[in-house]
Amino acid sequence: MKKLMLGNEAAARGAYEAGVKVATAYPGTPSTEITECIAKYYDEIYSEWSPNEKVALEVAIGASVAGARSICSMKHVGLNVAADPLYTVSYTGVNGGLVIMVADDPGMHSSQNEQDSRFYARASKVPMLEPADSSECKDFVKAAFELSEKFDCPVIVRLTTRIAHSQSIVELGERSDDELKPYVKDPSKYVMMPAMARGRHLAVEKRMAELRKFAEETDLNKIEWGSKEIGVITSGISYQYAREAFGDVSYLKLGMVYPLPANLIREFASKVDKLYVIEELDPFFEDQIRELGIKVIGKGILPVTGEYSVSLLRQRIFGMECKNKFDVDLETPPRPPVMCPGCPHRGTFHVLKKLKLTVTGDIGCYTLGALPPSEAMDTCVCMGASVGMAHGMEKARGKEFSRKTVAVLGDSTFIHSGITGLIDIVYNKGCSTVIILDNSITGMTGHQHNPTTGFTIKGEPTKQVDLELLAKAVGIERVRIADPFDLKEFEKVVKEETEADEPSVIIAQRPCALLKQVRYEGPQMINDNCRKCRSCLRIGCPAIVDKGERIEINSALCVGCKLCTKVCSFNAIEKAGDKNE
Amino acid sequence: MNNLNILIVGVGGQGTLLASRLLGNVAMKRGYDVKVSEVHGMSQRGGSVVTYVKMGKKVYSPIIEKGEADILLAFERLEALRWIEYLKKDGTLILNDQRIDPMPVITGKAEYPEGIIEKLTAAGVNIKSIDALSIARDCGNIKAVNIVLIGLLAKTTEIGIDVWLKALEEVVPQKFLDVNRKAFNAGYQFNVKK
Repeated sequence: MKKLMLGNEAAARGAYEAGVKVATAYPGTPSTEITECIAKYYDEIYSEWSPNEKVALEVAIGASVAGARSICSMKHVGLNVAADPLYTVSYTGVNGGLVIMVADDPGMHSSQNEQDSRFYARASKVPMLEPADSSECKDFVKAAFELSEKFDCPVIVRLTTRIAHSQSIVELGERSDDELKPYVKDPSKYVMMPAMARGRHLAVEKRMAELRKFAEETDLNKIEWGSKEIGVITSGISYQYAREAFGDVSYLKLGMVYPLPANLIREFASKVDKLYVIEELDPFFEDQIRELGIKVIGKGILPVTGEYSVSLLRQRIFGMECKNKFDVDLETPPRPPVMCPGCPHRGTFHVLKKLKLTVTGDIGCYTLGALPPSEAMDTCVCMGASVGMAHGMEKARGKEFSRKTVAVLGDSTFIHSGITGLIDIVYNKGCSTVIILDNSITGMTGHQHNPTTGFTIKGEPTKQVDLELLAKAVGIERVRIADPFDLKEFEKVVKEETEADEPSVIIAQRPCALLKQVRYEGPQMINDNCRKCRSCLRIGCPAIVDKGERIEINSALCVGCKLCTKVCSFNAIEKAGDKNE
Repeated sequence: MNNLNILIVGVGGQGTLLASRLLGNVAMKRGYDVKVSEVHGMSQRGGSVVTYVKMGKKVYSPIIEKGEADILLAFERLEALRWIEYLKKDGTLILNDQRIDPMPVITGKAEYPEGIIEKLTAAGVNIKSIDALSIARDCGNIKAVNIVLIGLLAKTTEIGIDVWLKALEEVVPQKFLDVNRKAFNAGYQFNVKK
């Protein structure tokens, strides 16, 4: 049967067909749907949202050692969090096959950097595959499990946004045997202390030599001969762009992107007149190919930043510009992403802006608090960084500065890696104020459960982390719970806690407006009491629009959260009647 | 058939994803190779969103380049303007005549451009404009805007209406099928004023 599938969905299917028994992940765009699809479609596979990528990988390693095929998925920056177990599971190797899915985000559609994960393969001495469409996503995940068991090592499968989030046609297959392999206690392989690890490092080097040999022979790497005037070495989405831009030339399409097949590359290079390397982000192939003494054209004319495209290649390589397009001379204002109508973070940032606080921020929908109109966020580095950074600011500039500073992060982000920062604040006698934006869900990645929501990935009820008790347990004596839509009370609480001479946690509690169980009363409207003071426009709700002669509420967008009614001094906002709906 | 490239643009939350699912289903039914590409995550939050649908004998890149779209399906006027460069000169713009102000306009930092349709027409763009929101409302659900637009789009292609209706059945949940069929037909039969 043929099906149109997202790359991520196809990777999930590959895991299913490969007989995977355990799948773990922390959600992160563009990798989230891999594990979401596993949870949704394949009951044969145990799946979980782990608190962070490090734990996710450790769980998958445990499952592998116990004899099951297991898969662990994350976005590129997630692999930084999971890097610690990665480097050492390279030494221990596996029992049941272990595949790590990592999704890079060239162009940073939804990320804080555009690091190139291929370097992890090289640094941790683990093979890496890179599919170029959904069909290959499925096939390469299956191949990765074979490889993992054959060479006794984890295998990384790298996706990029355009592969993960593009749908193409996939031929479905059957699930293979999912028998557990016997569990055998073997400390020399699985207990990595110096005496054993020294032995394993030798095994890793031997394995690398074997993998290099394998790379020469595998059909994961393919030559497609066309005109020999030009040869192109490429992989993944870049292969698709190159096919359209170069047309009928010769291609060496690398499905295995680490280790590289040196002899195959030499042979290909020797048969073409001019050799291009087309790869997004860093010159990972190019540098290694140059080390072989081969002349290539690549980053000299192509960027190391952003996404590639067919047009970019046509323009940089052939000097071709598109002529068959319209040129309309009209200023087009940008449409940046905004907090949704009804978003609970809008209340929080309204107050933080009003109090003119320094705000160390974090990763989530609430990072939008840095953009106009709130512009109430000063920093955003990585998951959990808000907490440690607020503490660092206090240690650098003193307690007075700290009284005008807060850290903000979401419930899921707090569990991911904010809790360790909070322990640091208590342990090292800081007095920072940390606001946990508890919207009852992992929002930005599209509504995943997490340890604070009380439900598993399958929607089954489970124990719920009590954030208040947790904060108290690590030594925070001042823990407050406040509703960010109760603007007056919320402001009072923030003032009191920032002024306090000890550390405090404010749990800003209000669910994401997009959750099904959240029901507001529906569209509001502006009545004749309006004096056009524009206070309501300042909260930055996309549903409130300045029409020049009057201010209006867009009834198609307004959910009726009524935050705007709390900033209106003239009682000019009321529930819209039928005629306005 | 030559390759058919359809670019769907709109504002995050407008239901562009269902439209692309339906188009993908139609392509499969006709036995074409097809790729559908969209970006999830940050940009979906009320930002400018785009979905690329490419079908034909063989599709490599999932992305449509400037000047390569046969059809630009715009869910909003400003987004039509933003993406107009992607339309081929002999392509068709299908426009939902709706205005949603972006944040810079709301905060007074920018102005919503006036006379978008007039400017596009003057530039020679073949526009099929429709008030899909009102039509969807008349059909019984304002969320069916996307299906009204797909109906209008279907009419401009050489793919038969039965293929579209079958795809609709497969993509839309049973309980919404009636209203969506109505919406599709309303779009399909809509007479575009010249």
